[in-house]
Amino acid sequence: MSKNKNSLIIDTTNHAAKGGLLNRRLFLSSAIATTAALATTRAAHSQEIVGEGQDDWTLYPGSDALEYSNRSRFEVDSVKRLIPNDSQEFLDLRLTKYVARTPLDHLLGTITPNGLHFERSHQGIPDIDPDKHFLVIHGKVKNPLKFDISALENYPTVSRNYYMECSGNSAVLFDETPTDQSLQEIHGLLSGSEWTGVLLSTLLDECGISPDAKWIIAEGADNGMMTRSIPLDKALDDAMIAIRQNGERIRPSQGYPMRLLNPGFEGNTSVKWLRSIYLSDRPVMSVQETAKYTDMMPDDKALQFTLEQDVKSIITRPSSAMSLKKKGVYEITGLAWSGKGKIARVEVSVDGGNTWADTALEGPIHSKMLTRFRIPWMWEGSSAILQSRAIDEFGRRQPSRKELLDARGTNGIYHYHAIHSWDVAPNGEIKHVYA
Amino acid sequence: MYMHKIIIFVTLLVSTQLAIAQESRFGVPATQADIDKSFWSVFPDGEFLPDGEGNVAEGRELFEYNCNICHNFPDENDPVKNEIGKLFGVEDKRGKANLDQTIGSYWPYSTTVFNYIRRAMPLVAPMSLTNSEYYSLTAYLLHENGIIAEDDVMNKDTLPKVEMPNKDGFVNAYPEVPEKYLAKP
Repeated sequence: MSKNKNSLIIDTTNHAAKGGLLNRRLFLSSAIATTAALATTRAAHSQEIVGEGQDDWTLYPGSDALEYSNRSRFEVDSVKRLIPNDSQEFLDLRLTKYVARTPLDHLLGTITPNGLHFERSHQGIPDIDPDKHFLVIHGKVKNPLKFDISALENYPTVSRNYYMECSGNSAVLFDETPTDQSLQEIHGLLSGSEWTGVLLSTLLDECGISPDAKWIIAEGADNGMMTRSIPLDKALDDAMIAIRQNGERIRPSQGYPMRLLNPGFEGNTSVKWLRSIYLSDRPVMSVQETAKYTDMMPDDKALQFTLEQDVKSIITRPSSAMSLKKKGVYEITGLAWSGKGKIARVEVSVDGGNTWADTALEGPIHSKMLTRFRIPWMWEGSSAILQSRAIDEFGRRQPSRKELLDARGTNGIYHYHAIHSWDVAPNGEIKHVYA
Repeated sequence: MYMHKIIIFVTLLVSTQLAIAQESRFGVPATQADIDKSFWSVFPDGEFLPDGEGNVAEGRELFEYNCNICHNFPDENDPVKNEIGKLFGVEDKRGKANLDQTIGSYWPYSTTVFNYIRRAMPLVAPMSLTNSEYYSLTAYLLHENGIIAEDDVMNKDTLPKVEMPNKDGFVNAYPEVPEKYLAKP
């Protein structure tokens, strides 16, 4: 056997940056030929029952089809995580749990399964009867109109891929001491879906927008009636009334039967269980846009209406929930997104930001949607610090943590989007660090 | 004659099109009852504030029965209740985790208090009080945050006139975050 056929086809000398980062095209262009060594082990004895040694699922008929499918009973780890808080008394007093985070380390691709989409409500998930629910559009319009779910389903719909990220995602990284939380706990308020709905501009046109309307005030029908003010230009640009997520009706935790969806805006503005849109000449200054969801700056001023999200990326594999078992070639992969448009480029460093290599982006790249990046990495068993940084089509570059904190300080808890670091120890264990 | 018919036909066509343009394809006119059920917003200038009136003393009593299960009184210091949400006694508006940013230290508009608690509080039974009772709770919260006097009454005329200590503490970040707050390479 020639040396060529027997060796790993990936040329591990083809370095893209220091620390073992390889050319991003290597995994894509190479097919590792390991089939040559395969030989049949099937017994050729004519007297044996042929199923000897087979597993039960091969020997017995499977279960019946279901009206609504579940995943494998063995998939027990890929679950959402509820708010980490060790005080039972706190949870008891809060009456219920209002936060659940997506297991990003268990997912590949860019679409989050509906059952794993992160959840955030302020006073619980309402159990809405769709036949009794409606949306009214009123205020500075010629014709106040009412739409129920069946009316909305009659309109021409659009289906678009968008990410959703809570404004408070990654907030723990403002802390001075690095957290020991996992990828899921730090960054899990992030998901991606194909959303289907009616463009809000279509409905607003039918209502007849008054010239002095500048904002829309969106209110939910949930307990506490979530309320946000959104600029009218966003409403007329790409906002939609979403009624379906990945094809099926959106789930109760996502706003069943209808929600506002503001692509690229902080998640809280996409008001779920949407019941009222009031057109106004000014924002309403609800609690969620004054007391909360505002960013305290170092000069004691607070940023308000920080609506459009920044450019951001995270490495999802390898990450905290796994460890490297042996030296060798690993794929570094993760997600990048921008609230303004498309991701143009993602770079990865394994030496704490000293050298960077371009990654391969998996297309098609959608505007305001998660984009998956990947690059092969030869791990030689030494310490490494893994980082990713994204640049969007407008040239916005994801800042380092120092750059972000220099500008915005550590008094805020929202809109953290700096470069994130995973420390790989020589024994293969991975944990979050500041680097 | 022939031309005449065409003119009528075109006129009918145009007017029909106009009529359609004025109508919704599948929506129906929203009634005032639909709007009243769905729309609870109150603006900083007092627009949409309801009738009714409340005072600090009544607010203190309502607070004890409706709010104190989760929120401390001004002279209380239960750590769990502080974690749920501190309402009083915070001078510094830089409260980490936003929980120590109180009405007195942080909130820019007085109407937001009424707007929020009427729709969302008490947590176990939002909207279970009268407008006057919500005015009373608002009065109590503003008073214990050092903003209004013990004998001030709150109604749709007086509440919007209450000036909040941190009213000038906010900077608009839409459509762009101001240059000085942008992370620089």
